[in-house]
Amino acid sequence: MSKPHDIVIIGGGHNGLVCAAYLAKAGRKVLVLEAGSQAGGLGATREFAPGFRASVADTLPQLGRQLVRELELERHGFRLAAEALPTLALSTSTDPITITPDGLLGASAADTASYQSYLQLMQKFAKAINPFWHKRPPVLGSGGLKDAATLGQFGWNLRTLGKTDMREMMRMIALPAQDLMDEFFDSPELKAALSWDANLGSKLAPRSPNNAVLALLYRMSGDLSAGLPLPRGGTGGLIDALAAAARSHGAELRMDSPVARVTVELGRVTGVELASGKTIEAHHVVSNADPKTSFFKLLGARHLDVQFTHRIDRLRTDGYVAKLHLALKRLPRFTALEIPQGRLLLTPDMGFIENAYDAAKYGGYAKELPMAVLLPSLFDDSLAPQGQHVLSAQVQYAPYAVKGGWGAHRDAFLENVMASLERYAPDIRDCVVASELLTPADLEQQFNVTGGHWHHAEFALDNWWMNRPTYGASQYCTPVPGFYLCGAGAHPGGGIMGAAGRNAARAILEVK
Amino acid sequence: MKNRYDAIVIGAGHNGLTNAAYLAKGGLDVLVVEKNDYIGGAAVSRELHEGWIYSNCSYVCSLLRQTIHRDLDLTRHGLMIVPYNGTTNFARDGNYVAEYPDHAMQYREIKRHSLRDADAMHRYNTDLMRYAKLIRHFLLRTPADPTSFKPRDLGELLFMGKKFAGMGEDQVYEFIRFMTMSAGDFLDEYFENDLVKALYSTSSIIGTALGVYSPGTAYVLLHHVMGDVDGAVGAWGLARGGMGAISDAIAGALREHGGEIRTSAPVEQIIVREGRAVGVALDSGEEIHADIVVSNLDPKRTFTVIMDRKDIPADLRKKAEHFKIRGSSGKVNIALTGAPDFPSLPKEHALRHGSFQFLDSMERMERAYDDWKHGRWSDDPFIEMTQSSMWDPTIAAPGNYFVSCFIQYCPAEVEGGWTPEKRDAFGETVIDQICNYSPNFRDLIAHMEVRTPWEIENEIGLTEGNIFQGELTIDQLMFNRPFPGYSQYRGPVKGMYMCGSGTHPGGGVSSACGANSAREILRDLRRPNVVPEDDVDE
Repeated sequence: MSKPHDIVIIGGGHNGLVCAAYLAKAGRKVLVLEAGSQAGGLGATREFAPGFRASVADTLPQLGRQLVRELELERHGFRLAAEALPTLALSTSTDPITITPDGLLGASAADTASYQSYLQLMQKFAKAINPFWHKRPPVLGSGGLKDAATLGQFGWNLRTLGKTDMREMMRMIALPAQDLMDEFFDSPELKAALSWDANLGSKLAPRSPNNAVLALLYRMSGDLSAGLPLPRGGTGGLIDALAAAARSHGAELRMDSPVARVTVELGRVTGVELASGKTIEAHHVVSNADPKTSFFKLLGARHLDVQFTHRIDRLRTDGYVAKLHLALKRLPRFTALEIPQGRLLLTPDMGFIENAYDAAKYGGYAKELPMAVLLPSLFDDSLAPQGQHVLSAQVQYAPYAVKGGWGAHRDAFLENVMASLERYAPDIRDCVVASELLTPADLEQQFNVTGGHWHHAEFALDNWWMNRPTYGASQYCTPVPGFYLCGAGAHPGGGIMGAAGRNAARAILEVK
Repeated sequence: MKNRYDAIVIGAGHNGLTNAAYLAKGGLDVLVVEKNDYIGGAAVSRELHEGWIYSNCSYVCSLLRQTIHRDLDLTRHGLMIVPYNGTTNFARDGNYVAEYPDHAMQYREIKRHSLRDADAMHRYNTDLMRYAKLIRHFLLRTPADPTSFKPRDLGELLFMGKKFAGMGEDQVYEFIRFMTMSAGDFLDEYFENDLVKALYSTSSIIGTALGVYSPGTAYVLLHHVMGDVDGAVGAWGLARGGMGAISDAIAGALREHGGEIRTSAPVEQIIVREGRAVGVALDSGEEIHADIVVSNLDPKRTFTVIMDRKDIPADLRKKAEHFKIRGSSGKVNIALTGAPDFPSLPKEHALRHGSFQFLDSMERMERAYDDWKHGRWSDDPFIEMTQSSMWDPTIAAPGNYFVSCFIQYCPAEVEGGWTPEKRDAFGETVIDQICNYSPNFRDLIAHMEVRTPWEIENEIGLTEGNIFQGELTIDQLMFNRPFPGYSQYRGPVKGMYMCGSGTHPGGGVSSACGANSAREILRDLRRPNVVPEDDVDE
């Protein structure tokens, strides 16, 4: 019998690795158990065709310098392939509008001016709210000094925005993306492009209230670069650096070690049992898995009370984004675009996005699908053979629970995606040598994420901060002593950011 | 005619009348000016076909504050609220689920469809009632300005905080969640049966330009159960004699306190001189002066139509332009010469006297919303049909019936604009839908009035025909209603106030907006308060 581990982390996704690195750095003995053969989970870069590699997430808008610095990720090999990618709102008829950190190019004078005031306002809001992504959410009745201080700081940050901006923030936070964009802009392509991130990954669309501004502010939380930072080697490049950082502090990472269950004795976690039947003892078990997997599959509802079980069960976990990876033998030609350098939004207007959503909410999918397209190989030669390219597209909306199941729909859906892509890049089909389509069902099956949901649970105002994943588990501790959450289902949510892992590590270090 | 008053209220809707009644009670010399030749705005009883009295806009009552009912002695002024009950929701296959007033009956009814849902009903009712009781504390109060450090605002915030905390910590989280989520998601958490969910979902989108799965609609659901009839929270009633009885009773109270009403007197503009409101100019050219001018019109109309651009701050004008007041509902009011037959219900069944809706699932409702998004009325519209004359014999002769149909969704703008032909086609769609469930319905029609948002806007003055004077979304609720910084009933210039449903606590025949506004006015005039503040029923 070996000596019990101090801490076992289930899942080597980026949050699990971040959590491991911080805990190991603080001198704790950490073991990370990853079910797959490769660390990273949804953040891994995988070879989808011989010589072609891609990751589910592309850019790192939410990653902060603080994390890079604290874990010395650059020393461990983390590099950016591109500093600040612009976003391009494409049109089939006119020149694209380029959205850069400094402003708009190619937009009307009115929109260009409006964008400056929009950006200023959003940046002000983002600044007010930024500290709270990196803090443990407060609990109202705890009486704890820390919680009171967090709440106090929240109030203070709002108040110090000034009367006018504080009022605007409290109003705008509830606006649907469509109303928000309509208040500022005219160009349909621009509005659609700017609204994209407000609903990405959620079962929400431009007309859905109570989420848009929060999601946009969340996307603005990173500070690696002003635009979209593209990691070298895909997000897998970041994963490798995180793994190296964790190992350098003494954490142990074991691949191909799926955990069957968390073992509990006398109401306290004692360790984990692997699928192989082997048990590993540990004082603390941290789950990087989504809340439903963590509580129902790994821990078991029998260890939880009925109310808490109900609150986890009601989490909305159906994913609505599909990921397309294309291996291209040459660069496709996009209409009205020299080189597709940036994130391209193929969304003519917000109604187009809404229509795709409408089809998906009944378990179908639209004929014309909106998507965000990136060719990361333009900036990073490690992803494709010389002269060839990778196209990576986020496609909305692909309902997890498609009627009839994905087996019956995969080909038709892929055809719709290709046809939608073809409208902007007419020669795309001639360039393709191989493709990979990851529907939410694939993500669930390949990465063990319930519903294939990017955020592990819907990211929305009703499921945020003190309510993420639910009260009783919002401070990374759970009702079962010794069992913790560190994944995207915990505050602040999904996106390659590492804040959940870091916050969780700090919460665990505070446990006596 | 007299042309100088202490206060002028523009619009004789129920909130305008309430506001005026309280100002008069507070000792002011008050005039209400109304553009139509009748009072009541959207709370009216009109004989549009001989022998039948139509409540042709609002048709049922629950939100009317009991405190105001008592305080203005509306019963003595002729108001009688008759509770009604028994809603039946039909499915296309002949099945139905009903709402009974009796709890045990209700349990058995839901159990017919799902045992799990019958059990969940207890939890659902308890949770919703808890939220209703909380929100009821705030209806007759002026929202705090969260950006202010004034003792009054801080005190109000403290009051709110205490009421919130009083629910218990868990419930505070639950309430935050509830306020921001969709009714569809909320109902999915309790119920499994589509028909049961459909029954409960309908209140969440009435009058709202959102679908059942749009976040924020759970609150709209609550907005429809936070009222009461004689203290029975969540119950709905009919005003005997039609909804106009409410307006008439309030007008009676107003007159008793010495107030005046002038009908057929449309206001062209609020007159502002040297930064303060000094009166109104009528369309006729006549000017009437007062130091206090109160607008019962919706915020968009108030600040973009009857106030001059130069008289208000530029940012307010912009706020008014951005204000969401979307037309999403229609109304078809029908005089019948006999009782409509609903073969799904047994003959002589008590439910035949109740109200009806026709909705198999929330999906059907959501699809009607999708049609609305595309600027067309649905050919499968949601209809709530209230058989008013079953409970109120004064509005139709014996043997005759009046039914009021509320239709969701109907767009304010259709391609090419509304025409009488399109309006009638919309009406036919509604009748077709009813006939799917009641085969003899069409043969009984003596007269019907079809109202799209266009008719509602042009007759009553509600922009886009929005029944709430503005969407009930968080960006337009409480301290955000109608706009941040203007939630305490005061307008942008001295002496100018708002009292319509566009202000807190929002739409519905509640009288709360008018009463709250009057309290603020009396406060500014340093007069003793005569408006009840506490609305607590326990």
